[in-house]
Amino acid sequence: MEKNFNLEIISPEKIILSEKVNSVTIPSFEGEMTILLDHIPLITFLRPGILRIEGSKESEYFVEEGTVEFSNNTLIVLSSTIIPLENVKGENISKMIEASKALLAKENLSDKAKYIASHKIDTLSKINQ
Amino acid sequence: MPSLDDLRKRIASVKSTQKITKAMKMVAAAKLRKAQEMAEKGRPYSDKMDLIIQNLSKAINDPSNAPKLLVGTGEDKIHLCVVMTADRGLCGGFNTNICKLAKKYFDEAIKSSKNLKIITVGTKGLDQLKREYGKYIIKKINLKDKKKLTFLDAEEIGKQIVDLFKNKEFDKCFIFYNKFKNVISQIPQQQQVIPAKIEEKDKKQEEMSSYEFEPEEDEILDDLLPKNISTQIFKAFLENSASEQGSRMTAMDNATRNAGDLVDKLTINYNRSRQASITKELIEIISGAESL
Repeated sequence: MEKNFNLEIISPEKIILSEKVNSVTIPSFEGEMTILLDHIPLITFLRPGILRIEGSKESEYFVEEGTVEFSNNTLIVLSSTIIPLENVKGENISKMIEASKALLAKENLSDKAKYIASHKIDTLSKINQ
Repeated sequence: MPSLDDLRKRIASVKSTQKITKAMKMVAAAKLRKAQEMAEKGRPYSDKMDLIIQNLSKAINDPSNAPKLLVGTGEDKIHLCVVMTADRGLCGGFNTNICKLAKKYFDEAIKSSKNLKIITVGTKGLDQLKREYGKYIIKKINLKDKKKLTFLDAEEIGKQIVDLFKNKEFDKCFIFYNKFKNVISQIPQQQQVIPAKIEEKDKKQEEMSSYEFEPEEDEILDDLLPKNISTQIFKAFLENSASEQGSRMTAMDNATRNAGDLVDKLTINYNRSRQASITKELIEIISGAESL
């Protein structure tokens, strides 16, 4: 039996992806998690990281934020900042890292903002390697 | 009775106006298709966002601890109204309809002695509102230079609204925009965004409460609710731009037709008076010949 479920990735502008997949690894706010068939219903949100999809073909996306809901074997990812990983290129990465570092250097930054910015830097520099 | 020359000039001028309105109609039709597509593509996002928030809010049992954005401040004194209009005119009743609805609401709010704060998005609405309600306007957002509205623009406005809310500047927030129904009818809408509207709890509650939340419900809501406001505003943007083009298309279509009618009428007038003058000249010649 095929062990796949529905995945929908939706941005405010359009539906980016809607297909059957075997597993999705999401950078949830409190750590990475992999979602398989018959996961219990779940709502969570994302931090900057890489979203991995395994199905008939494998693909990776870079996300900055988003909201995730899983119920009835349908995974919905709502994100306004989601780009296919191959579209994230060298120069842009260094620019984005610089921007996040500048943000981190600011004073009176909330813990949450710091957490998000540092994860962004981590993920981006890993892509760069 | 205008002279022949005058008539000829008028016909030419009406014809050139007709050309302009026709061109505007074509442009609007092309833009409308794009805008409509965008509006349709944007719908799933806001629908799903709504759904998640409904599910989340059902899981919250203690309203007193819930985020303020969801349940409100508990007061109802200051109303913030975001009036979203177009930056350009010549689109029929599009801007006027939004302003009419907004004005009606403003008058009611003032009558029931509520404090009013207004944010205008788009210049046309500002023009119509500033004379009567100028003192209530706290912010004017102008997007005239933007060629295409993106989610980032909506996010920017959403952030400003949330900041105002956090500073306790208002208790309730409404947005006014035109909902796109079809090309000939756009319905002005008033929508409450803060506090978010929650539907009545229904029987499904037990099933819903089995959701796993990571992190806690209220933390997710803290992250989600500001996003929801941006989403609502973005949705309003999309609906508005589709409505604007639809409304302009209809208005320009009517204008083109009217211009056609006018040209027909003027042409008949022109031909009649040309004939009359020829007849007159003939009579003059004949009667001149007779008298000899």
